[in-house]
Amino acid sequence: MLISSDQIEQLHRRFKQLSGDQPTIRKENFNNVPDLELNPIRSKIVRAFFDNRNLRKGSSGLADEINFEDFLTIMSYFRPIDTTMDEEQVQLCRKEKLRFLFHMYDSDSDGRITLEEYRNVVEELLSGNPHIEKESARSIADGAMMEAASVCVGQMEPDQVYEGITFDDFLKIWQGIDIETKMHVRFLNMETIALCH
Amino acid sequence: MTYRVGEAHSMGFQVFVPFSPWSWLLLLVALKCPEASSDLNESTNSTAQREPNVRFAAAGSEPDEKISVFALDYDYVQIPYEVTLWILLASLAKIGFHLYHRLPGLMPESCLLIIVGALVGAIIFGTDHKSPPVMDSSIYFLYLLPPIVLEGGYFMPTRPFFENIGSILWWAGLGALINAFGIGLSLYLICQIKAFGLSDVNLLQNLLFGSLISAVDPVAVLAVFEEARVNEPLYMMIFGEALLNDGISVNISAIEPLIVFMFSYLSYLAAETLYLSGILAITACAVTMKKYVEENVSQTSYTTIKYFMKMLSSVSETLIFIFMGVSTVGKNHEWNWAFICFTLVFCQIWRAISVFALFYVSNQFRTFPFSIKDQCIIFYSGVRGAGSFSLAFLLPLSLFPRKKMFVTATLVVIYFTVFIQGITIGPLVRYLDVKKTNKKESINEELHIRLMDHLKAGIEDVCGHWSHYQVRDKFKKFDHRYLRKILIRKNQPKSSIVSLYKKLEMKQAIEMVETGILSTAAFSVPCQAQRIHRIKRLSPEDVESMRDILTRNMYQVRQRTLSYNKYNLKPQTSEKQAKEILIRRQNTLRESMRKGHSLPWGKPAGTKNIRYLSFPYGRPQPAGRDTRVAELTDNDSSDSELPSIMFKAHSRAGILQESRLTQEIIPMKSLPRGGKPSHFGYQRNTSQEEHDGRGRRGALRPKPLFHAVDEEFESGEESGEETSAIRSRWSGEHRPTRQHHRSHSPLLQRK
Repeated sequence: MLISSDQIEQLHRRFKQLSGDQPTIRKENFNNVPDLELNPIRSKIVRAFFDNRNLRKGSSGLADEINFEDFLTIMSYFRPIDTTMDEEQVQLCRKEKLRFLFHMYDSDSDGRITLEEYRNVVEELLSGNPHIEKESARSIADGAMMEAASVCVGQMEPDQVYEGITFDDFLKIWQGIDIETKMHVRFLNMETIALCH
Repeated sequence: MTYRVGEAHSMGFQVFVPFSPWSWLLLLVALKCPEASSDLNESTNSTAQREPNVRFAAAGSEPDEKISVFALDYDYVQIPYEVTLWILLASLAKIGFHLYHRLPGLMPESCLLIIVGALVGAIIFGTDHKSPPVMDSSIYFLYLLPPIVLEGGYFMPTRPFFENIGSILWWAGLGALINAFGIGLSLYLICQIKAFGLSDVNLLQNLLFGSLISAVDPVAVLAVFEEARVNEPLYMMIFGEALLNDGISVNISAIEPLIVFMFSYLSYLAAETLYLSGILAITACAVTMKKYVEENVSQTSYTTIKYFMKMLSSVSETLIFIFMGVSTVGKNHEWNWAFICFTLVFCQIWRAISVFALFYVSNQFRTFPFSIKDQCIIFYSGVRGAGSFSLAFLLPLSLFPRKKMFVTATLVVIYFTVFIQGITIGPLVRYLDVKKTNKKESINEELHIRLMDHLKAGIEDVCGHWSHYQVRDKFKKFDHRYLRKILIRKNQPKSSIVSLYKKLEMKQAIEMVETGILSTAAFSVPCQAQRIHRIKRLSPEDVESMRDILTRNMYQVRQRTLSYNKYNLKPQTSEKQAKEILIRRQNTLRESMRKGHSLPWGKPAGTKNIRYLSFPYGRPQPAGRDTRVAELTDNDSSDSELPSIMFKAHSRAGILQESRLTQEIIPMKSLPRGGKPSHFGYQRNTSQEEHDGRGRRGALRPKPLFHAVDEEFESGEESGEETSAIRSRWSGEHRPTRQHHRSHSPLLQRK
């Protein structure tokens, strides 16, 4: 994966800022980002940085600290999709981004987003509003889950239980929505050289 | 005669269109006495100062009349009368337009309005009647244009607008400039050619004309685009361009404050005072105001605002187009072939140049570039409208000795673009297969998008990069901290997800109402409470245990539903609960049909279909295990999906049910007659068939009320359903009651 050298420079500077000139960052370092406090899904975002699945270090669990290389790895999920890439690469990139998202939902790393996890996400998303009751959040999550079930599985046998959303189901749900325009961070310099694995 | 029509239908009320001979008579009379009144019109000021002796004068103008027995005081009411008549005429035309189903697909509404206007104009011209000064340029800009723009701004989807704002500004600003100068200069060059007889038209005039003719009209374009229904960013570009390029056009002065939609109107007027663009002001006002208005006002007020706004803008739009039609038929034209033709040609050429050149540049910076197809659509949507026309009308004769020619040229361009381009843009879009907006809103989508927004903002905060989202986040922070506290009553920040959820329910409910299902609001409220209550009971469990509970509930449900049938036992539970249950089951059935899913057992069509039909209470039959298999030949395709395993489901349930309940469900053997409508299916033998059917139907008339309620509620329920498993089971069970409502079969067949 290639990012331009300018961008690496910038990110490195940022990394040093966050880590206080240490070689690694811990979760506590993220408290130095004041704007992040207002973000309702702050904990999930921070967690995502330390998630072994995102860091490609394992299939579950959290790292205690990350170095610059790991930091770059996480950042690479947010590169814009280059229009010069061919279809296959675009699909790969898309899948990677969606996998990152999936890991955010699937906190226990079992490969499925269960109803509990979904509820958790919705509750967190709505946590910024003190007036939303938990019940509303719950019913929304339930509704979303049902919708997901209908999209992914279609009709179900009466005995069938919908365990949760697998990654393939997740891909199905995301089929209509374009992640390319939404999940990228625009770097200050226009030039982006992006290649996926 | 009562019509439910597209236009009025969206207004949520039924338009009563009586045939009123009286108003037609009045119209004829009105047109007959123009001679008398128009003389007076010129001599007296027909506005405020009226003297009683005018009336006598009118009477006196009739020859040899000493005593006026019958006097027509037409000129007193001329202006409001004719304006109202025009509006009425146009509304009737609109209704007719929408009633005739094929027409809206062929041409945009603006075409129709112009035609109507031209007809009215012809009438007026024919009777040599002086048309009222409805279309003063100041009237246009002060009264007619603001409501249209306000409506556009208020209902504009803000997110896409601001997401695309860079491109919009680039395109609208530069594009308008390029067009204006390009057209102006080219026309000037043409004018230099002596052969056309245009050498007296100087550069300034040409440039001015270029600027007014290049203004794309928001009214016409939006009308066209609504009907083409293209994808979101594209729509935004057109919309944004139309709104923003007013800044380049000529502006008018002089205002006085008014008290209609006071705040937005004042913003418009305030901007006009400062010689700034009122259109932009009112748009900005509408966009920012909307958030707070929606949070503060009650549901009814919101509806009122919404519909009133739409009404106002509809009226304005109508008047504008009609007036344009009226002006077409008249003596004040000057036809110069060269000028007009070249104007048309240059308009198209320069638009093409500006579109393709500018978008080529802006595509380099866009993550999601506009394709060539999109650009073609943008180019083709350059519909001029009443804005250009009234600007042309405004041109002072002193500076523009050849004003008539400009007006004629403007009219030609407008007619061409509205009619030709307007009519063909639909087919063109389909031909180019532009990506249509996926209007389906789903909870999942909204959820994911929200998560993404927050994620992206978070990542940006972490790596300290600047982008759109930061601006928006900053605004949101400011908003939450200060503005909301001041501007919003009770300070209830609503999450967009919750709003969407509620909006979806409301929308579906309204949809149901509008599609002709009877409904009572009373049902939705207690049922909602019921529903939440129900989910409360279920939510702590995991999906598996949820299913268990549901299955248990389902049997109870089954009981209740059976008993709800009017001819059966009295409901054991409270009526509300029973209704609620039935609603939910209807919902699931409807849901599965809407999505085109076959029932989960998924047997191919042609297997034996079992119908369980309820009997009236008075005729108990032995039931339970020895159920007969009924075959029905059905012409309803959705019914043919009934699987045979329904029997199994029933008997499984039957084990758990008490026998008295199963008495009520008696499968019938209806005589298979090819194509016989199945609502006759409850009879037992042929002789009683007709009688029974009729009687049954008659007796069941009160049912539709309930049935309708189901429909309304069930769609609201869609998002809050339980597992599909339950859905399918219920749907099988539910067949019987549905059979009864043949009168509502459009529902069955619709999906």
